[in-house]
Amino acid sequence: MKKIILAACIALASGSAFAQSASKVDPALVDRYVQSMWSKVSDEWKARVKQDETQAICSATLNAPSAAEFEKIVAREKAAVVFPADGKVMGDWKAGLKVANTGTGGQFSDKPETYKGGNCYACHQMAPSELSFGTLGPSLTGYGKARKFAPEEAKAAYAKIYNAQAVMACSQMPRFGHNKFLTEQQMKDVTAFLFDPESPVNK
Amino acid sequence: MTDMGFKKMAGWLAALVLVAASCLPASAQQDAAEKEIERYRAMINDPMANPGFLAVDRGEALWARKRGAKNVSLESCDLGEGAGKLEGAYAKLPRYFKDADRVMDLEQRLLWCMQKIQELDTADIVKRRFGGPGVESDMQDLVGFIANKSSGMKYQPQVSHPKEKEMLAVGEALFHRRAGVNDFSCTTCHGDDGRRIRLQALPNFAKPGKDAQETMGSWPTYRVSQSQLRTMQHRLWDCYRQMRHPIPEYGSDGITALTVYMVQMGAGGEITVPSIKR
Ligand code: HEC
Ligand code: HEC
Repeated sequence: MKKIILAACIALASGSAFAQSASKVDPALVDRYVQSMWSKVSDEWKARVKQDETQAICSATLNAPSAAEFEKIVAREKAAVVFPADGKVMGDWKAGLKVANTGTGGQFSDKPETYKGGNCYACHQMAPSELSFGTLGPSLTGYGKARKFAPEEAKAAYAKIYNAQAVMACSQMPRFGHNKFLTEQQMKDVTAFLFDPESPVNK
Repeated sequence: MTDMGFKKMAGWLAALVLVAASCLPASAQQDAAEKEIERYRAMINDPMANPGFLAVDRGEALWARKRGAKNVSLESCDLGEGAGKLEGAYAKLPRYFKDADRVMDLEQRLLWCMQKIQELDTADIVKRRFGGPGVESDMQDLVGFIANKSSGMKYQPQVSHPKEKEMLAVGEALFHRRAGVNDFSCTTCHGDDGRRIRLQALPNFAKPGKDAQETMGSWPTYRVSQSQLRTMQHRLWDCYRQMRHPIPEYGSDGITALTVYMVQMGAGGEITVPSIKR
């Protein structure tokens, strides 16, 4: 519970200082604008801008849900996490490096078959040798080592990658597995990138 | 300076950042890289060396050129300050236009004037909305010319008409609206101070002030990496691309709403355009 409140406070602190009118505006009106902005795209693309319940709540509350909403989201997202059938959450860290380092895929300028990366480096520091990293998320340098390479910790990281909001409601991190953006193998590989003792993340 | 010169300079900058990066500890490397980028910016901010001004010149000619079924120029187009008055018009856009009963940004308004005053077929204009190799964009040139007539002035957001108020509220909601396969909203990348994506600094537009003022005051901008003068319509097209959202329709009300919101955050920001960026 303490952890949940702390997380909610973090979300609150990063919320917008200005925002007042956003929560007051009629959602149906916003929807009309959304529809007109994408009236000419295919149904498949249209589906992308429809919000699920979690996205809608996070948007309306500027990523600072009430304690009750927070718990509801975490419970719902947690229930939706699917672990690998073989019980193994660790893949090949070298392939995981590619997942972390690649920012292509899924954009309207990409081909449908373009490799989709997790682009973890856009937001996180990871291997200390990689200097081009973003700061939207916390540093993950030495992540596995700091957790003594414990299997339960690796499993928790897999769950985080699968569905970041199963841990923290309205996290800014994408729900990679939930949204089917990364494959199970890619999520295993990037978990290994964090948890393999040989991975540069832990060097 | 020639286009080629700019590309060389961009390459040189990238090399310099790499060199700087390989011989210093991480935080110092970032500082050094940012300083170099600053120096580069100052160097290319010289108007005489900014190819964006070529677009401004082309835009001036387009403004006066007789076209369309009516074979007239755009010179009687009212951008909000009176027919044909350009000085300071951009500083008050987007705004409500009574004749159209809509809030419009500069690009929407220009398309409207082309249709109503010139009876010009805008399908072709819209097809060429973003310039590229072998494609000259009338819109980029016209925006460059007209925005430049507000250079040195400050943004004065227009939010008195109910439709302007609606745009502002919807724009803010759109800014925070999360959707898609990455759960992104604009806030994800522009919701905090001092954040970076990879090494790219991200301005914070979730609150009024310096970031929004400097950003909004610097568009349209000549993008060295693209060799084109780009407008806000293009910037938001590119951000929605990164968000894994579908292609937003050019000149649609959602883009204008976002622009209204960001201009509001950037109120009082000084306009210095066309600027020049990476
Ligand atoms: C758009 C930004 C973004 C991207 C992309 C992103 N993350 Fe995150 N990540 C965050 C943020 C913000 C947090 C902190 C808030 C939270 O815990 O949800 C976080 C937290 C985490 C944590 C938990 C850290 C802790 O406190 O223990 C892990 C592990 C993680 N991310 C791994 C990844 C991996 C692996 C990828 C790529 C497959 C990735 N992230 C991509 C933003 C991002
Ligand atoms: C996934 C990350 C991401 C998201 C989401 C995103 N942007 Fe951006 N945005 C960027 C990057 C990267 C830049 C380029 C910064 C630069 O080149 O200095 C940028 C630049 C901009 C700029 C110009 C900044 C300048 O200094 O000239 C504006 C304006 C902007 N974004 C608005 C938006 C809006 C509005 C949205 C939502 C519709 C949005 N962005 C969503 C990453 C993002």
